Amino acid sequence: MAETELLRIEDLMLHFRTSQGAVQAVDGVNFELATNRAVVVLGESGCGKSSLAKAILRLLPRNVSRYSGKVFLDGKEVMALNDEKFRKDVRWVGISMVPQAAMNSLNPVMRVGDQVSEPAMIHLGMKKKEALGLASKMFQHVGVPVDFLDRYAFELSGGMRQRVAIAMALVTSPRLILLDEPTSALDVLTQANIFNVLKQIKQNLGISYILITHDIATSSELADDVAVMYAGQIVEVCDAERFFQAPQHPYSRKLMASVPRLRGEQEPEFITGQPPSLLALPQGCRFAPRCPLRFDRCRQDPPVIKKDGRLVKCWKYA
Amino acid sequence: MIETRSNNILTQAVVADPPPLLSIKDLRVWFELRRWAFSRAGYVRAVDGVTFDLGYGEAIGVVGESGCGKSSLMKTILGLNIPTSGSVTFEGQEVARLDRKGLRWYRSNIGYVQQDPFGALAPFMNVQRILEEKLIVGGIQSPAERLERIRKVMGEVKLHPADDYLEKFPHMLSGGQQQRVVIARAMLLEPKLIVADEPVSMLDASVRVEILKLLRGLQESHNLSVIYITHDLSTVRYFSRRIFVMYAGQIVEKALVDDLLNNACHPYTQALLTGTSEPDAANARTFKEIPPGEPPSLVNPPAGCRFHPRCARAIAGLCDKEQPPETSPAEDHLVSCWLVQK
Repeated sequence: MAETELLRIEDLMLHFRTSQGAVQAVDGVNFELATNRAVVVLGESGCGKSSLAKAILRLLPRNVSRYSGKVFLDGKEVMALNDEKFRKDVRWVGISMVPQAAMNSLNPVMRVGDQVSEPAMIHLGMKKKEALGLASKMFQHVGVPVDFLDRYAFELSGGMRQRVAIAMALVTSPRLILLDEPTSALDVLTQANIFNVLKQIKQNLGISYILITHDIATSSELADDVAVMYAGQIVEVCDAERFFQAPQHPYSRKLMASVPRLRGEQEPEFITGQPPSLLALPQGCRFAPRCPLRFDRCRQDPPVIKKDGRLVKCWKYA
Repeated sequence: MIETRSNNILTQAVVADPPPLLSIKDLRVWFELRRWAFSRAGYVRAVDGVTFDLGYGEAIGVVGESGCGKSSLMKTILGLNIPTSGSVTFEGQEVARLDRKGLRWYRSNIGYVQQDPFGALAPFMNVQRILEEKLIVGGIQSPAERLERIRKVMGEVKLHPADDYLEKFPHMLSGGQQQRVVIARAMLLEPKLIVADEPVSMLDASVRVEILKLLRGLQESHNLSVIYITHDLSTVRYFSRRIFVMYAGQIVEKALVDDLLNNACHPYTQALLTGTSEPDAANARTFKEIPPGEPPSLVNPPAGCRFHPRCARAIAGLCDKEQPPETSPAEDHLVSCWLVQK
């Protein structure tokens, strides 16, 4: 690749301990991301995509039973850092996050300007005045009027709150932003507006994104690359151009066929069955029980096949 | 004045022969705003002059963004809000005038499919109790008959074998199964009308289509009328014959599905169509042209056309002064926009 590599994840694992056994939420995830690119992690609920975001940022709950693998940010292995160092050097400064339902994650008793400037004060050691100045600059980037700095979250509409959350993630000028379902609770026009904002920021500031979503149609608004996740594993990685034309993995194909289209005669299809529980995963290929193309070999775990720069975890392509 | 006349055009054009199942006439639902609980501070005009008829076995989609009044409209149809003016008439009976007994009859004739299935099902009841309750309220006395009807409906929503599910609690079911239970509950008393409020927006992509197909199958096999409320244009077309686009408490465009998708006349409908993404890698390279701003407050909606502050083609002196009348650019297509008049 010509671009410089920003993030590389190798064999990332995150398992949780529960009363019913181990939940293998992230189970051996590999992918890389270049500077100023956006990768979309596509998956249905319960496939482990939000856990993947947590694993990258090391925002772990208490019941973790296994957390391993390597995460390289700018060539530096950040998994090896201790918690304090990770908090100082990686979170916000290197990678920041717009959490799921970000619009409801703002503090209701703080002015939004103070909230946006807080990370700058804590992580960049800025004085309050300077940080507020920076916050107003960020507001311009995301298209929020600067006089909104003094408002409280409840005085803003959903779309504006979402923009504030993005401004908060931007304020420390990180290299990478993790977006966890950034538009799923928003209306169509607001959604389109937020994607315009995200594209603009990517163009102007050279930022990279990991966009975690279940919505294929809107994910195409931002995607340079697509990684499809199923039952804790990445089953396909491909550039957006070829992915949206012809996905390869049977799951990706089914997923694509399930998208309702605005135009065209094509009837959407659904995938029979449901994703396996992460508590009791099937042997071999995890999609095999629902796969129309399965054959004998699918009982063994399929290898990741690399061809023409795309990765597919499926025996069909072996 | 102009408005009333165009309403007549609609009634004649769409419903010529059979009487409609549901008829809504110039419906207004305003909520009072009070200051210090005494003085009236104004009204939230959630629904402000909505008129349409729904025939037997017809499926319509109501599309609009949050805050456009579509949920208030739905609640008024369900008899949960009392109209400020105008009327909702179901099989010739005006809903607001029904007494207790009449309301029971009315509610057994309409089924409601909620948006969030998990929130709609009582967590402490198992599937059998959830479904049985509706029948008890509906006046089915015999337990054996109740169970028989439950089994029949569960088969129809493809929760079979029913015995596997009857004892389960909502949290033990997947999102798709929960939504099936909600649909089963709506179907239990064999209603004539189903009101579905964003029935698939909380579900995963692969399950969404399954539920939509199930609803459509039920609609066809039982000749149900359906009001499908959503903000997502791409799912409506698989479901309904006509689409109504709602903005700021009013219906701005009514058209048949294909007509709306290909010849949308109202600038707001056009914006919604532009805003809806299709899976295409080219999207990432372009910016979408979206009208600036946000839907207006329903307390003080803009004068004239309510979309004019965001409309790029608004005509000064006209769009900001007078409310546009409904005009018909094609058969079965009504739009409230001054631009179409010209």
